[in-house]
Amino acid sequence: MSLLAIKDLSVQIGQAEILHGINLSVQAGEIVAITGESGSGKSMTALATMGLLPRGAQTQGTVMLDGIDILTTPEPALCQMRGNSMGMVFQEPMTALNPVQTIGAQVAETLLVHRNMPRREAHRQAAEVLQRVGLTVPPDRYPHELSGGQRQRVVIAMAIALRPKLLIADEPTTALDVTTQARILALLRELVSAFDMGLLIITHDLAVVADIADRIVVMQKGRVVEAAPTQTLLAEMRHPYTKSLFAASTHQVDLPDRAPAAPLLRVANVDRDYPMPREKLLGPRPRFRALHDISFEVEHGERVGLVGESGCGKSTLTRAILGLEDVQGGQIMLDGQPVFTGRHPNLTVRRKMQVVFQDPYSSFNPRHRVDRLITEPFHLLERPPTGPARDAAITKALADVGLSPSDGRKYIHEFSGGQRQRIAIARALIVEPELIIFDEAVSALDVSVRAQVLDLIADLCRKRPLGYLFISHDLSVVRTVTDRVLVMQAGRIVEQGPTEDVFNNPQHPYTKSLIAAAPQLPDITHAPETV
Amino acid sequence: MGPPGAVPAEGGQDCADLSVLVRCAAGYCDGQASAMIRYVLGRFLSLVLSLVVASIVIFAVIEVIPGDPASFMLGVNARADTLAALRAEMGLDQPLPVRYFAWVTGLLTGDFGNSWTYKTPVAELVSDRIWVSLPLAIYALILSTLIAFPAGIYAASRRGSAGDVTIMGATQLGVAIPNFWFAMILVLIFAINLRWFSAGGFPGWDNPMQALKALTLPAIALALPQAAILARVMRSSLLDMLGEDFIRTVRAKGLSRRQALWRHAVRNALIPVLTIIGLQFSFLLAGGIIIEQVFFLPGLGRLIFQSISARDLIVVESVVMLLVFTVIVVNFLVDLAYAAVDPRLRRKA
Repeated sequence: MSLLAIKDLSVQIGQAEILHGINLSVQAGEIVAITGESGSGKSMTALATMGLLPRGAQTQGTVMLDGIDILTTPEPALCQMRGNSMGMVFQEPMTALNPVQTIGAQVAETLLVHRNMPRREAHRQAAEVLQRVGLTVPPDRYPHELSGGQRQRVVIAMAIALRPKLLIADEPTTALDVTTQARILALLRELVSAFDMGLLIITHDLAVVADIADRIVVMQKGRVVEAAPTQTLLAEMRHPYTKSLFAASTHQVDLPDRAPAAPLLRVANVDRDYPMPREKLLGPRPRFRALHDISFEVEHGERVGLVGESGCGKSTLTRAILGLEDVQGGQIMLDGQPVFTGRHPNLTVRRKMQVVFQDPYSSFNPRHRVDRLITEPFHLLERPPTGPARDAAITKALADVGLSPSDGRKYIHEFSGGQRQRIAIARALIVEPELIIFDEAVSALDVSVRAQVLDLIADLCRKRPLGYLFISHDLSVVRTVTDRVLVMQAGRIVEQGPTEDVFNNPQHPYTKSLIAAAPQLPDITHAPETV
Repeated sequence: MGPPGAVPAEGGQDCADLSVLVRCAAGYCDGQASAMIRYVLGRFLSLVLSLVVASIVIFAVIEVIPGDPASFMLGVNARADTLAALRAEMGLDQPLPVRYFAWVTGLLTGDFGNSWTYKTPVAELVSDRIWVSLPLAIYALILSTLIAFPAGIYAASRRGSAGDVTIMGATQLGVAIPNFWFAMILVLIFAINLRWFSAGGFPGWDNPMQALKALTLPAIALALPQAAILARVMRSSLLDMLGEDFIRTVRAKGLSRRQALWRHAVRNALIPVLTIIGLQFSFLLAGGIIIEQVFFLPGLGRLIFQSISARDLIVVESVVMLLVFTVIVVNFLVDLAYAAVDPRLRRKA
């Protein structure tokens, strides 16, 4: 008998059918991955298994855990099972912990809720569990004192404190850096074999799936479209959706060649310091150096990638290049002019530079129409176009990103995430900048949409020379859309060079560790070994 | 001068002691105490600065109001030399900075000056009245909290239910009804018809039960509108917390909805609620004037009102300063309470 057996599970919320006839099973000691794009019903399947569906959800079918049907179990009995025979780890470690309780107390709570033991004993065991998941900080710390990876270890400790038979992990590493991701995945794998636990892991990242799972379940629009052992699935891929999903995640864009040109952006010996809180009551304010002696150039029409983990100074560098903040040493010049003059960004330089941000949902004013949104950069121009010239500019910018002129009259909520990112690119293109900064611009998108946006960027490069700085934590994306790459660690550029050279033959140990940690999709023609 | 005169200096001392208390209450005794001390010192510094600024503003406002107290006391037909003599006696002929510093040093040493109309030290006037206004404000705040917390928590935990709708409807009414009207209704029902309470007046603290009884109707009249606001804030703050990721995490640990609410959501929801409580206390202390009128209570509000009518500016000046002092100290205590509730303020990240 399977540990977890989901049979013909359908979930309906109001009139909307979220899941249709889901069938899947997990054995003890087995890792099963559910994958698919956003809205496919992955998370809803996990919540149904935990008995944590939103109120008002109508269910059909059965979810049997160790012979007990979760869907018909009354709430008090479910509370007994959660944390005890099944545990769950969530995506966002930054918000998954109670900010006003110590991590030790939060882990001890799992023990105290289910076992009759003195508080002191629960705290002792909690400290052991925290050590077991590889956390090196003392249990009396609060969540805000921990990094994302450390917090995720705390969440895992809470979920496995009572050695549940089934662990559900919903995008457990999506919010983490690649090296942290590799460590968390290794921990999960090790816990599964040590505790003979079943693991249901949900992730949109196919490279992670292929790396960790014994079996893969592919979901699309609330249905399971394909399910098979990892090797079989990777080798055969019967369903077209599975094929398109894998094709999209290994998507290579066709970037046009470029000839060497004159330098456009010149960053020379830049230092950036932030003041920190005083350590002693009346002592001097220590300074944190976020950027150390950063130097690089971007030529006209050159496509440069910037990779590094969170906190390495990527965003600080972006702000400095955009002239939003002054730097404490060195200089940043665009086309021979400084980006920051006196107390203000230099406007003549700013109009040659535009930026596309990560989150397509929060980077637009929801009360303006698209035509007004994409003409925002016009305020940088001395004589912004009006009347027919303005309309022509809007039409051209929308056409450039594959949208129709009538889309200009719509509001932003009428568009999907991928379309919004196209609109963000149109907004950047409308003043015909020399340089675009893509700040994690495709990181929030599903793989198929991401592939389309990357193709769009390559297309734009083909139409006219377009130089950009492409900032991303995703190495495979940077590899395909850039000519040259910079690797940043702790405020320094530790390696730079032509993209293929750096990826094929990394010199710096940090670059090597980044590339080694990034999960890679196996070459599909050869069945990979599973761990 | 009597004990109330020494309020500013002693009050400052009390606050420092309280901070130590709060720190101990928060189980806080390790090497990172310096961050906490820095936080408390920072808050204390801002308290002192606020007091200085407030005293300058109050002094300046009173000075620019037309109508010299000396001429007011002597009447319109006073002779110029008499007026000048009185001015000199009252110190009104001194330059402004000198008078400001005389006033502030007086406040610090407990010398609030003499009331021109009552002919008694201001400190005595205030000390009589503060024993009505302060207990009334605290009484009302306790009532308001006792009503608002259960109502807000109940409404949030049963969102959309009949109970929630009823409570929200009642708070809507509570916010809308003016408290003096409500006070009159209370008098009509409980004093005139049922005769459970007296309709007004204050018998003094010689018999504490009688004194509390006399303050009950005014406290209810003050508390209910405040409770309505507080309950709404509590409910929305709790609902925000219940939607947070960490509530889902504790549910996955096996806590019931109820346990998740009480053990995790409530403490986090307290942070915005504390802000409102701090603001409300200030309002209850200084803003009780209408209720004091309705119930004929000899409180600070009535004292200010009468002093303004009589142009007894030294009383107005001192009482307003005292109220500002209380409000700023309460805000300081609220800041300390934040640190007790939220570890992110106690330690550096």
